[in-house]
Amino acid sequence: MEKPQTIIDKIWQRHIVDQEPDKPDLLYIDLHLVHEVTSPQAFEGLRMKGRKVRRPDRTYATMDHNVPTIHRHVIKDQISKTQMETLKQNCEEFAIPLADIDHPDQGIVHVIGPQLGLTQPGKTIVCGDSHTSTHGAFGALAFGIGTSEVEHVLATQTIWQQKPKTLNVKVNGNLGKGVTAKDLILAIIAKHGVRFGTGYIIEYTGEAIRNLSMEGRMTICNMSIEAGARAGLISPDETTFEYLRGKRHSPQGEDFDTAVEEWCTLATDEGATYDATVEIDAEEIEPQVTWGTNPSMCIPVSESVPNPDDATTPNEKEAIERALDYMGLAPNQPISSVEIEHVFIGSCTNSRLSDLQKAAKIVHGKKVKDTVRAMVVPGSHSVKAAAEQEGLDVIFQQAGFEWRDAGCSMCLAMNDDVVPPGERCASTSNRNFEGRQGNGARTHLVSPEMAAAAAIEGRFVDVRQMDSPVLS
Amino acid sequence: MEPLRIHKGLVYPLNRTNVDTDQIIPKQFLKRIERKGFGQFLFYNWRFNDDGQPREDFSLNDKKYEGASILVAGENFGCGSSREHAPWALEDYGFKVVLAPSFADIFYNNCFKNGILPVTLKEDIIQHLIEKAEMEAYELTVNLEEQTVRDSEELQETFEISSYQKEMLLNGWDEIAVTLKQADKIDQFEQNIGK
Ligand code: SF4
Repeated sequence: MEKPQTIIDKIWQRHIVDQEPDKPDLLYIDLHLVHEVTSPQAFEGLRMKGRKVRRPDRTYATMDHNVPTIHRHVIKDQISKTQMETLKQNCEEFAIPLADIDHPDQGIVHVIGPQLGLTQPGKTIVCGDSHTSTHGAFGALAFGIGTSEVEHVLATQTIWQQKPKTLNVKVNGNLGKGVTAKDLILAIIAKHGVRFGTGYIIEYTGEAIRNLSMEGRMTICNMSIEAGARAGLISPDETTFEYLRGKRHSPQGEDFDTAVEEWCTLATDEGATYDATVEIDAEEIEPQVTWGTNPSMCIPVSESVPNPDDATTPNEKEAIERALDYMGLAPNQPISSVEIEHVFIGSCTNSRLSDLQKAAKIVHGKKVKDTVRAMVVPGSHSVKAAAEQEGLDVIFQQAGFEWRDAGCSMCLAMNDDVVPPGERCASTSNRNFEGRQGNGARTHLVSPEMAAAAAIEGRFVDVRQMDSPVLS
Repeated sequence: MEPLRIHKGLVYPLNRTNVDTDQIIPKQFLKRIERKGFGQFLFYNWRFNDDGQPREDFSLNDKKYEGASILVAGENFGCGSSREHAPWALEDYGFKVVLAPSFADIFYNNCFKNGILPVTLKEDIIQHLIEKAEMEAYELTVNLEEQTVRDSEELQETFEISSYQKEMLLNGWDEIAVTLKQADKIDQFEQNIGK
């Protein structure tokens, strides 16, 4: 019998173009996603050397980072505009399909890939964006690359990669009511730190993972990079296949059944071993809120921010002090006493239809606190359209939320959606770094439900104590 | 890409951990479509006040580090966004070598594509280097061929690096040209998968 393998080993092996001792492997790339910020210098590099794009048909581009989410065509910033126009010209010149700002398929690159069925089990997927790990939710090997590597993939459809080690993150039991995939991944990073995945590809396994929807799985895999991992993935199963059935770029008809048969062979074999394993108990997890300036600086909503005096090393003490100072928080302050001025529901972590549905349930019939500015930015044009079909836009707007067009928006504040200095935002995005949402902005990462609840109360509350149908 | 073999230079110590690429080059500067000119924006939010004046409390603005070309920092340097603008900014500012106890892996890879050598050394050695450089004008010699880091006194450390990445940097190779020599293998692979 063949040695049992993990899904990581299987996908890796099936994509080796060249393998020699003392060298990384040359891997074939099935799908290359491109956006406006990390690609211009790559295309310029091709032009300078007179090189072509090897497989425009395996390349797909969109505009997301820079696009305005209101008054779509008033791009005040000339440089942003140039960047978007440059992408358009590059896609024309190299014959790459592009969902540009007006296209019905436009959206955040990690939202549209799955939604169009471009993302499929067993594929190798890269993008000049660290959250490419999102696509791992489908049992794809997906990772972020730099601009030089973007150029390399455009020219060769391959990439040199040293095979990372494998890490099994096993989540036992099930998440409690009102506790989401976002809380789970935040709790994992809080427990193990922002570096525990460095040098690894993570496979998420266990009962709690199996019971997550595709949206929840995407949220988990999305944040693998915040644990330092090269990629994160989940073996495909019925949930995966059901999601993909009928998607535009999924195999159709009988081809779909054949594909499913093949996809079934990808799942990690019984008895396969990993280089490392960590286990976590889903039942212990509460709704989470980050208090600091990296995603591991995170606590359950019922707790208080740490005291630097309790740190175990001088480095840790200094890091806590710096973070508290930046965040304008006092040691031992209960996180539920922290008042916020902004709420952002969006980003490639949490801007899909089910995220919006869950947030809408919390705000339905209520009002955003008058000291809070809240906005919802759907992950794609089509998420927006589907939400409007269900009347979610009305629910949000009646509650006092702004309802925007699709894009990255306040996740990284490259467009006009910025949190002003010193102000505080409950955000469903993935990074709470200094200045991420605006110079001096203070970010608290939470789930869509927790963000919605914070909008209503003006501070962090345990969503499980809200009177809301979401928990019934 | 410029080859890098031996580099001797002044050390700038940045005693912070988890320095993310949002700090190395804030997003407002990612809109440019060139590779050059990012050095002026390096560590922008730490280096400058809102009005664009240099901040006295950030040590890179200190005269004594002028001309520094070796950055020494805390663990997990370069985490976060994959933006290659981070090594572009470091390189454009004049840094050739970055030493840290650990690096985030996209950043680590990006360095090699831009002629920057990332060197991983043990935490206590990094701390020692940081203390030295905070006290006095401190120079190091980094020899990629030998895989060593030395100062003018007795410090001598060796570091690990993959032979592939070492060769790349020593020769300043264009990786795409290297890969395109294997074009027949890529053709073959595509034939095998039938697409
Ligand atoms: S939503 Fe945020 S994290 Fe996701 S791709 Fe856009 S900027 Fe990056």
